[in-house]
Amino acid sequence: MNDLLRMILLDANTQWVLIGTMLLGIASGVLGGIALLRKQSLIGDAVAHAALPGICIAFLLSGEKSLFVLLIGATITGLLAAYSIQFIISSSIIKEDAAICLVLSVFFGFGIVLLTKVSQTPSGNKSGLDDFIFGQAASLVGNDVKLMAGAAAVLIFITALIFKELKVLTFDPSFAKGLGLPTGLLNFLFLSLLVAAVVVGIQAVGVILMAALLITPAIAARYWTNSLSKMIVISGIFGALSGMAGTLISTLGEGLPTGPFIVVTATALFLISMLFAPERGLVTKWIKRIANNKQLRNNKLLQGEKRSGYHEL
Amino acid sequence: MSYESWILIVGSLAGVTCGITGCFLILRKLSMLADAISHTVLLGIVLAFIVSQSMSGIYMLIGAVVVGLLTAVGVQMLHHAGIQEDASIGVVFTFLFAVGVILITVFADDVHLDVDHALMGEITFVPWDLVQWGFLPELPKAFLMLSTVLVINLVIIGLFYKELKITSFDPQMAAAIGLPVLLIHYLLMGLVSITTVASFDSVGAILVVAMLIAPGASAYLLTNKLSIMLLLSALIGVSAAVIGYYLASWLDVSISGSMATVNGIIFALVFLFSPTKGLLSRKFTMKKLKMD
Repeated sequence: MNDLLRMILLDANTQWVLIGTMLLGIASGVLGGIALLRKQSLIGDAVAHAALPGICIAFLLSGEKSLFVLLIGATITGLLAAYSIQFIISSSIIKEDAAICLVLSVFFGFGIVLLTKVSQTPSGNKSGLDDFIFGQAASLVGNDVKLMAGAAAVLIFITALIFKELKVLTFDPSFAKGLGLPTGLLNFLFLSLLVAAVVVGIQAVGVILMAALLITPAIAARYWTNSLSKMIVISGIFGALSGMAGTLISTLGEGLPTGPFIVVTATALFLISMLFAPERGLVTKWIKRIANNKQLRNNKLLQGEKRSGYHEL
Repeated sequence: MSYESWILIVGSLAGVTCGITGCFLILRKLSMLADAISHTVLLGIVLAFIVSQSMSGIYMLIGAVVVGLLTAVGVQMLHHAGIQEDASIGVVFTFLFAVGVILITVFADDVHLDVDHALMGEITFVPWDLVQWGFLPELPKAFLMLSTVLVINLVIIGLFYKELKITSFDPQMAAAIGLPVLLIHYLLMGLVSITTVASFDSVGAILVVAMLIAPGASAYLLTNKLSIMLLLSALIGVSAAVIGYYLASWLDVSISGSMATVNGIIFALVFLFSPTKGLLSRKFTMKKLKMD
C-alpha cells in the first residue's frame, strides 16, 4: 500500500493532476463561498449541466476534441443558462427554484440530443465526451492538466483582484450602487468566473457533481468563522483537500471515477465541521449547553439553600 | 401492439404522471428538491439491487421511496440546523448521488445498470422488456410501473386534494386549522420518488426533472386555477412526449433528450405568448398603461 502510494506520488503526470485538482479545489471553494452568500449556490449546478450542449456544439463545429475549444463552447452555454435563469425570474411569476430546475434539465436534455448526434459522426467516438459526465481526472494527461491548473490559477488571481468589490456587492448591493460601482458588470464578471470554474472542473469532477465542489466546502467553512475573507480562505483549503484526496483515492483502483470521491471527501469535511467546529458546531454547542445547564442548576441550588436557610431562622 | 405505439404510450404515461405531480412542486417551491430526489433515487435502486439481488420493480420502488424520503429528511435536518435551503439540498443530493455512483462502479460486474442508462434512460428498449404480472398478459415493465404509479398518484391526489391545495397556497393557515403540514410534505416527496423511479427506465434521472417541472411551469403561466393547471400540465406533458418522439425519430437522436427539449420549447413559447402572464402581453399592457 505504502509502495503503491509512493509510486503514484512520484509519477510526474499524477503530480500534475494533483496540482490541477488542488488549484481547482481552491478556485471553486473561493467562488463557491461568495456564491453561497449571494444565495446562488444552485446556479452553479445549472451551469454545470448546461455546459454539456456547449461541449457538443463546439465538437460538432470544430470536428476535433481540442479541450480549449470544448471549454469555450461550455462557457458560452453556461453563461447563457445563468442569464436565462435570471431573465425568467425577473420577467415572469416563475420562482427561482423552478427556473433553475427548468433551465438545468432542458439544457441537459438538449445536450443529450446533441451527444447522440456526436456519436454518429465518424470522428466522434463518444467515449471521450462521456468522461465529461462523471469526470476522470486520473486519466488526464499533459497539456490538458496544465490548461486546467493554469485556468484555475488565473481564476484565483482575478477573484483576489476584485475581492473588495465583490464583498460590497454581496453584502449590500444598494450600497455598492450608491458608491458608483458598476454592479451589472460585476454581476457579469462574477457569473463568468463561476461559469469558468465550473467548466474547468467538469473534466475532473463531471457535470453532475461539480455543484458539490462549489457548495460543500463553502458550507463547511461557514461553520468556522463569521468573516468573509477567512471563510473564503478556509473554503479554498477544504476544496483543495477534497480535490487531492479524491484524486488519490481514484488512482488507487482501476476505473474508479474521480468526481464521486472528491464529493465524498468534501462531505466528510462538512460533517466534521458541522459537528465539531468551535462556537457553531453541534457537539460544541451541546457541550456548552450542558455546562450552562449545570451552572444554572447550581445557581438555583444556592438560591434555594439561602431561602431554606432563611425559613429556618 | 406495435413497437412505436408502446413507446408513445409509455412516453405519454410518463408525461401525465410527471406533469400532475410537478404542479405541486412548482406551487410549493420544491422544484430543486425534486431535482435532488431524481438524482438520489439512483442510490436507492443500487441499494435495492444489492439487498435483494434482483431488478424486480417492487424492490426498486421501495428502495427509491426510502432514499427519496431520506433525501427530504436530510435536507430538512440541515435546513433546521441553520443552513440555507438551496445549499442543504446541494450538499445532500451530491453526497448521496456520489455514493450511488461509487457503489455502481464497485459492484459493476453484478449490477445490470450502467450509469449512462440511469441518467439518460433508454426508452427504445422499453417494448422488449416484458414481464408477467398476475393474470395480465405479458406487458412492458415500464408500462406496468408507470400505470401503477399513475393510479397511486391520482388516488392520493384525489383523496387529499383539498389538503394539498391548502398546504400549497397557504401553509400558515393550513397549520393553524390543524392540518399535518409536514406529513403532507413527506407524502408528496414519496409520490415524487415513485414517479421518478417509474420514469427512470424510460427517460432517465435528469430528464425526469424536465418532465416534472417544465409542463407545470408552462401551465402555471397559463391559468390561475389549480384544477385547470393540473389538466393543462398533463396535456402539455403528453404533447411534449409525442412531439418529442416524432422529432427524435425524424432527426435520429436520443428520444428522452428530445422530449426534454420539446418541453423547453413549449415553455419558451408560453413564456413569450401566454395571454395574461406572457412577456409580450405584459409589455403590451405596460405600453397601453403608459399611453393612457
